[in-house]
Amino acid sequence: MSLLEIENLRVTFDTSSGPFAALSGVSYRVDPGEVLAIVGESGSGKSVAMLAVMGLLPPSATVTADAMRFEGRDLLTMSAAERRKIIGRDISMIFQEPIASLNPCFTAGFQIEEVLARHTDLPRRARRQRAIELMQAVGIPEPKRRLASFPHQMSGGQCQRVMIAMAIACAPKLLIADEPTTALDVTIQKQILDLLMRLQADHGMGLILITHDMGVVAETADRVIVQYMGRKMEEADVLSLFENPQNAYTRALLSALPENATGTRLPTVADFRLAGEDA
Amino acid sequence: MSDRLEADSSTNPEAHLEEPTHLVAAAPPGASAMRMRAAVLAEFWHYFSQNRGAVAGLVVFLLLVLTALMAPVLAPHSPTQQFRDALLAPPVWVEGGSWKFILGSDPLGRDILSRLIYGARFSLFIGVVVVAIAVTGGILIGLAAGYFGGAVDVFAMRVMDIILAFPSLLLALVLVAVLGPGLGNAMIAIALVLQPHFARLTRAAVMSELRREYVVSARVVGASHLRLMFVTILPNCLAPLIVQGTLSFSTAILDAAALGFLGMGAQPPTPEWGTMLAEAREFILRAWWVVTFPGLAILVTVLAINLMGDGLRDALDPKLKRS
Amino acid sequence: MLRFLIRRLGLIIPTFIGITLVAFAFVRVLPGDPVLLLAGERGMDPERYQKLLVQFGYDRPIYEQYLSYVWGLLHGDFGVSISTKRPVLDEFLTLFPATAELGLFAILFAVAIGIPAGILAAVRRGSLFDQAAMGVALTGYSMPIFWWGLLLIILFSGILGWTPVSGRISFLYFFPSVTGFMTIDALLSGQSGAFGSAVSHLVLPTIVLGTIPLAVIARQTRSAMLEVLAEDYVRTARAKGLAPSRVIGLHALRNALIPVITTIGLQVGVLIAGAILTETIFSWPGIGKWMVDSISRRDYPVVQGGLVLIAGLVMVVNLVVDILYGLINPRIRHR
Repeated sequence: MSLLEIENLRVTFDTSSGPFAALSGVSYRVDPGEVLAIVGESGSGKSVAMLAVMGLLPPSATVTADAMRFEGRDLLTMSAAERRKIIGRDISMIFQEPIASLNPCFTAGFQIEEVLARHTDLPRRARRQRAIELMQAVGIPEPKRRLASFPHQMSGGQCQRVMIAMAIACAPKLLIADEPTTALDVTIQKQILDLLMRLQADHGMGLILITHDMGVVAETADRVIVQYMGRKMEEADVLSLFENPQNAYTRALLSALPENATGTRLPTVADFRLAGEDA
Repeated sequence: MSDRLEADSSTNPEAHLEEPTHLVAAAPPGASAMRMRAAVLAEFWHYFSQNRGAVAGLVVFLLLVLTALMAPVLAPHSPTQQFRDALLAPPVWVEGGSWKFILGSDPLGRDILSRLIYGARFSLFIGVVVVAIAVTGGILIGLAAGYFGGAVDVFAMRVMDIILAFPSLLLALVLVAVLGPGLGNAMIAIALVLQPHFARLTRAAVMSELRREYVVSARVVGASHLRLMFVTILPNCLAPLIVQGTLSFSTAILDAAALGFLGMGAQPPTPEWGTMLAEAREFILRAWWVVTFPGLAILVTVLAINLMGDGLRDALDPKLKRS
Repeated sequence: MLRFLIRRLGLIIPTFIGITLVAFAFVRVLPGDPVLLLAGERGMDPERYQKLLVQFGYDRPIYEQYLSYVWGLLHGDFGVSISTKRPVLDEFLTLFPATAELGLFAILFAVAIGIPAGILAAVRRGSLFDQAAMGVALTGYSMPIFWWGLLLIILFSGILGWTPVSGRISFLYFFPSVTGFMTIDALLSGQSGAFGSAVSHLVLPTIVLGTIPLAVIARQTRSAMLEVLAEDYVRTARAKGLAPSRVIGLHALRNALIPVITTIGLQVGVLIAGAILTETIFSWPGIGKWMVDSISRRDYPVVQGGLVLIAGLVMVVNLVVDILYGLINPRIRHR
């Protein structure tokens, strides 16, 4: 059985200039322990789909799908309270801006322990102990002291580690990472990505990695979905995608990678699209 | 009372950096500048007219202006004429009322409706004069402080802090006590108390504009201090000042009425709304109408202006525009 | 935090000097001779005039007079009332609890209604409740409170006969002042009905004085909540599977309260301006009415001393609010 199955997902936003379709009929499937990468430029709807799974879209969004099942349970028909028992425990998510994603008024320790208080029966002292272990697991030095730190006292990389600690606190079966390294320094990006992959392998979690970086995809993913303008362009396992891209847009993305550059100037997706339209 | 009416924008001068008006100022004079100005106005009206409350406020305000201008035509009686045979006559819809005094008469037998209509003149006049004095003073001080910086800035801002340290109505009250009770002195006192808000806003806006390219280039071309201050920089600081001006307009009317109510503003028999309330106070339990209508007039006027102010702020503040 | 404190304390010294200068100048710019003003309406013979001139130090250079004035202030000498012959500071301390009690109840009233209303309006943005609440708030914000007070008197005292028109408590009750807060003293006195009487006298003034702060707090809470609800960390809190009540009531509100508390602090100046009007309408024996009466009685030492005391009070409260702001905002507290 698949871990997460979504069929024909549509998301529309009510805007002042009429409805805007962010996703028009996309299907997703993730198996336990699998790493799925969703790739696309901004506006391709790649975050919207996962926010829909988490139930985090604003009220202006309308979500419809033929099916949205997690471990065979229908997420669409269950009550909001039922769904909140799954969210944060079995499915968790980390975001692009780690510093802004942590509440500036509470310590890192409080924010980690809060997840444990919500989803486990651990008493207060055990929660603290578990928070220290989690901080260790995500590679934060001096975890005891860091528990008392506020987000503004930590670097972006450390904040993202705290976010990851919160996300894996209840040993989730699926972790969604929405551009987890985009806002970080290049050297930190690699560390965070390695950490995510190590945790994924250790816990056997399903991992959905949302990114626009083909390099990241090549290093991490088992399977790839390429999205453009709210539609799925291509879905393939990672090897065949890089070896033999089927879709014109995928080829455009790949040729925009620096290592694939052939001429004096790096091509962009727009160049390709223009050429395609001329033909 | 002005303490509560500092425009929200004052806390964030940066919010006005993207203000489209500086495009107008930077553009070459001539037809294209005219067209641009019209486009900016059209955009402004687009945002303003989306706010139904603001449009309602504008309509009420225009009606008030019309009432003030046409007072001699509209008022059924002279505002000071005393009908000795009709003291405290009730409004027309109350038993014993007559069409002669639609909103009733006051303890001296004067027609309340006529006094209210003439009172609109005083309130609008107070608003205009107070805001004009406060804006002029505030802009001069704020420009000087922001442009020259250093000791001028420190001194000017300390003085503004001192004025703001006093509760505004108390300071205005004491100033009037020094100058002598009366509408003119009350207006001067209120203007003085409101002025620091404009000085602070102007200073903040000037300081953020000073760093911008267009100011630097104007300076390189050799524009004089005065030209830089008034022609280059000032037009681009106008948005927050307009919003603050609207809010101060309503504060001025409220504070002048409060001073009138305390016997320190306009003196009887002036048909100023606050003064009318003061004269009517002892009759509140006998003749509700002498108290109710002047206050209602103040409330409606102030509310209309504040509604407009909210709409103006939303339309002029690009930070809110985007959300 | 320490540096923040020192900087803030450093700023109030020039302001305090400025306040004393204003108050000092106040008596000097009054038209007429200061000694004759102090003497009141009756004239006086030249000999006595000369004596008073020396006694008050008016024969000395102006800067010396100012310095001795400030010296007096620092030693608690705020002048002597012409009409009661009592020291201004004593009168202030006698009357201040009445204003403090009224102000405290007014701000509690404003906070108790304004913050929940603001939160609900923000959470249900654009709903009927939001529109109605914000309409009422703008009306309250535009309210001439001296008229509002009169209207409430007409309705509740005149027509319904529920509340008394003026004063702090019925003449039937006599008990010593312990705290200066009539409600607490009434409870301490143990006299039956005294507390009820004190509360019934307090209700209308509280509503009148609390109206504008209520409107300001409701509007500020709403806009702060709207801003905070769009923040990433609120999304994170929801992603943890927390209940909406915890997301809004803890994660969002804790951040939204930072600007709201500053706003509440800034209401102190508004409250004193409002107390001048409210106390006049309800014959409430506090410092607002005291100032108005002194101005109309031309009791200038009281006006001068009251001005310094009130401005000093507002300054100190604003300082406390600033420090409080630092304490509740971790970004300032740990720098």
